[in-house]
Amino acid sequence: MLDFEDTIARDQRIEPRDPMPEAYRKTMIRQIAQHAHSEIIGMQPEGEWITRAPTLRRKAILLAKVQDEAGHGLYLYSAAETLGADRGDLTTRLIEGRQKYSSIFNYPTLTFADVGVIGWLVDGAAICNQVPLCRSSYGPYGRAMIRICKEESFHQRQGYELLMTMMRGTDVQREMVQDAVNRWWWPSLMMFGPPDGDSPNTAQSMAWKIKRHTNDELRQRFVDMSVPQAVSLGVTLPDPALRWNEERGHHDFGTPDWDELKRVISGDGPMNAARITRRRQAHEDGAWVRAAAAAHARKKAS
Amino acid sequence: MNHEWPLFEVFVRAKRGLNHVHVGSLRAADHTMALHHARDLYTRRNEGVSIWVVRSDDVVSSGPDDKEPFFAPSGDKAYRHPTYYAIPDSVPHI
Repeated sequence: MLDFEDTIARDQRIEPRDPMPEAYRKTMIRQIAQHAHSEIIGMQPEGEWITRAPTLRRKAILLAKVQDEAGHGLYLYSAAETLGADRGDLTTRLIEGRQKYSSIFNYPTLTFADVGVIGWLVDGAAICNQVPLCRSSYGPYGRAMIRICKEESFHQRQGYELLMTMMRGTDVQREMVQDAVNRWWWPSLMMFGPPDGDSPNTAQSMAWKIKRHTNDELRQRFVDMSVPQAVSLGVTLPDPALRWNEERGHHDFGTPDWDELKRVISGDGPMNAARITRRRQAHEDGAWVRAAAAAHARKKAS
Repeated sequence: MNHEWPLFEVFVRAKRGLNHVHVGSLRAADHTMALHHARDLYTRRNEGVSIWVVRSDDVVSSGPDDKEPFFAPSGDKAYRHPTYYAIPDSVPHI
């Protein structure tokens, strides 16, 4: 393992066939799989609105976005397979609740404004999290993240543009936007994970360079980015403690409800059961297609 | 059976004049489906003008343990490099 430590110390990438500690391999598989699952489950909240998009333009944009999420999931399963994982097995683990996905996708999308707020805040938070991961010490993961980050930029901008359009509309539309912001702001802050003091794996992940900043650093960066965007949009972020701190050069902000995050992660969020049921149903409904394609391929080969 | 379809490696030529470059892998029932999936997955935004797919189990690769015997010989053959040869500065265009 001298090679491994040395490669990490020189800030070089670990590639699939390099020797690596078993714990590194396991941690990477878990991290990449959870990320892949999040992209796949992440198709659902917005997918609900494809048939109800208000214009053909918005429908085409939303379709392209949801297709990107599927693509991101597949780039990531591809990276996980380089470590000896099997994507069929990972899907089984997701469906059986043995592997997790991001807590954010367990909240419902109640109005079309949610589509815009997910693009602006949820994808904005995802970008904060993901840009440093382009420098992950595991090569295939870092390369997948570069592709993903390029595409996420479209996701965030379409969301913000959608919200600007609604804010120029009627009072009812402006209320819809504010309501969606009120519901998604705190869950978005929770996307960065528990506070640093309560994140036992952070030190090891930083040492292995599979995590480049702590949860609290990234959360602060996201808040600082979002405040001026909220001002431009004309919405209020639902946090009475939010204010600029001249001394720190950052915004102070309130404490997310960490008990809520624990509940949602452990399966007790508003939409956990529905998301997994839907994923299982899609997997089962597709079984005959996969079998038929395999049978056709066998027949043609013989 | 966890997965019904084999794994394929995907290579994309970004534009004319460049090599095909490995971009990742995917699952497909056969080569034709692998090409279609590769187009949908890896070239949604004009990333390529040509795609190769190869069954992953057909790829033979050198391993990290081969580093010494496999790649070492070129290290002691400095005379293969132009800088090995001392030429006076006064000689132009060489």
